[in-house]
Amino acid sequence: MTARVGIPCSLLYFLYYPTWKTFFKELGAEVIPSGDTTREILDLGVKEALADACVPIKLYFGHVQVLIGRVDYLFIPRVVCLNKETTYCPKFLGLPDMIRHTFRKIPPLIDVRMDVREGWNALAKAYEQAGLALGVPRGTIARAFRKAMAAERRFFSLLQDGWQPLEAMHILTAGTPPHKRKGRLVFAVLGYPYLIYDQYISVGVLARLKKMGVEVITVENLPLRALYRQSVHLDKRLFWTLGDLVMRAAHYLFRHRRIDGIIHLTAFGCGPDSLVSKFLEMTAHENQSVPFMSLSIDEHSGEAGIATRLEAFVDMVCRKKEVCL
Amino acid sequence: MPRITFPHVAESYRSFKMLMEDLGNEVILPPRPSKHTLDLGVRYAPEFACFPVKILLGTYLETCPKGVELIVTSGGVGPCRAGHYAQLHKKILHSLGYPVDIVVFEPPRLYPLDFLHNIQRLNPHRMSYRAIYECIRRAWRKLQALDNLEKLTHKVRPRETIRGATTRTYRRVLEWIDRAYTLAEIEEAERSALEELRKVPQDPARDVLKVGIVGEVYVLLEPASNLEIEETLGNLGVEVERSLFLTGWTRDNTWAETTEGLTVKEAALPYLPELLGGHGRDSIGNTVLYAKRGFDGVIQLAPFTCIPEIVARTILPRVSEEHNIPVLTFFLDEQTGKAGMTTRLEAFVDLMRRKKAIRRPA
Repeated sequence: MTARVGIPCSLLYFLYYPTWKTFFKELGAEVIPSGDTTREILDLGVKEALADACVPIKLYFGHVQVLIGRVDYLFIPRVVCLNKETTYCPKFLGLPDMIRHTFRKIPPLIDVRMDVREGWNALAKAYEQAGLALGVPRGTIARAFRKAMAAERRFFSLLQDGWQPLEAMHILTAGTPPHKRKGRLVFAVLGYPYLIYDQYISVGVLARLKKMGVEVITVENLPLRALYRQSVHLDKRLFWTLGDLVMRAAHYLFRHRRIDGIIHLTAFGCGPDSLVSKFLEMTAHENQSVPFMSLSIDEHSGEAGIATRLEAFVDMVCRKKEVCL
Repeated sequence: MPRITFPHVAESYRSFKMLMEDLGNEVILPPRPSKHTLDLGVRYAPEFACFPVKILLGTYLETCPKGVELIVTSGGVGPCRAGHYAQLHKKILHSLGYPVDIVVFEPPRLYPLDFLHNIQRLNPHRMSYRAIYECIRRAWRKLQALDNLEKLTHKVRPRETIRGATTRTYRRVLEWIDRAYTLAEIEEAERSALEELRKVPQDPARDVLKVGIVGEVYVLLEPASNLEIEETLGNLGVEVERSLFLTGWTRDNTWAETTEGLTVKEAALPYLPELLGGHGRDSIGNTVLYAKRGFDGVIQLAPFTCIPEIVARTILPRVSEEHNIPVLTFFLDEQTGKAGMTTRLEAFVDLMRRKKAIRRPA
């Protein structure tokens, strides 16, 4: 019988699912994702997770519960650092521990620690541990790791071509690109992948904008090298990879001014965002030529409220553009 | 003379004031955080920033109109948010029109040159490093004296026979320490202050519960931010032991990790093997240690939305269950009321008393 490995569809799922899926598939395991977020999943998470935790964490708890009982292993890596410079949010660092000590009956966790600062082959070692947990010989693991990395590269190059992660995943599996429509406006939606791309928790911000004829670019679509060269005018670099990228992307976009508006999407109770959104707000004040809006979402966000705000923002940008032309 | 200020952390300002004045700076003393401080902080700080940020910003906004030129504070190497607060404060203060600069002390173990550079910025008279060392030594001794005094109040208060006698004596003897200047004076002041505190009438036979307090450093250290939880507990007949004091924290972050620090790390290992920044892992490790030492309960204090403490809080129920020790958590923010906290504390103390009573006859 093949081992069933469950991957919760939240947090880093949106960036690394193709990698992880390829890796476990190559090992001969069956990969079971928890599926798209639904009201039930969110409710499950809200019930189990600490009330003071942020929405994405609650959501992750929900996704884990969907998988309990359906899988033999849960893949919840402790992702510490993947770029040698910045780490992820402390909640990511303690994620496997939080899950392990919250749920009683839980399949064994594959909680490998991924920290590339440990050495040049730290990532390969982490994946090797994950493979060994399934009892797979080392040779197979090495091959699977190479394939996984290849998949990761393909996935990220698709993102660089302007596709959103879910579209890119679709292209990887189906092979055909979905239909893309040219919009009348181009907006940047900045925020963390697990908020923006999650259709449910973001109250469909991306789809809504598309419907209104707005093309969307996100942090993942921007050239990473240029972002890392971008100065953010802070005395100290932000500690968190995702927050740091959002900051850099904002400064990059403000400087190049090739977009019609920036929307910052943030979750209620997000620790890093309490700083990032304040810094962004200050930057937006200094660069008034680009319209900026901050949207905060939580488990109670209503569709109507978000829709109204988005429509108002789009209208405002359109009017401004007409006046300027 | 540069006019400087620093965050208000319990009684430690007495020591910092002496140090900064010795180095030749003019000190503008931060007032004790009050309702007004909080109002100022809440108005200008980001909404979801944690509680210490709001208090500190409020404190700065109270002292900045008095002409502060330089703020001295500590940094951090993350990934806890506190490491960025100095930068955030600077930006906010600038945007409000105060041309202040901030000197941020990062752990000298990691940034030795930066540390020396910072010291030179606080040294307008170009004193020698030897002289500076002497100043720091005296300030350090004073800080230790202040911590020792506070530790003793935690022991005396639950046993006092006249309600409030300890606090009154403590307030009085603090001034003795405050006035002491040379090393010998500080030591003498400490000795007589400790003696004076021991003289507070006590009832040694009283059945006193022992509770450990863990959590985030600022809300642990600053009584104004935790609504004087130690005093409240002391009045309920509970002896508290706090996991963190300013001297211990400074030592862990400047020279080398102390053996205490390493023990805590080891104790937390089965539950949380990763350093999260802040004091998340310490909260867990200390809870385990308190349980092993036979304490009656543990109280965790954390600012609202504190990331490392949320992780710790998620794991603590399991620790509490496996080590059979009650744990109570307070997430503190500007909305926390003293009455609500006291009620919860009273209930918690009742629970611990009953638990202790059940255990004893068996």
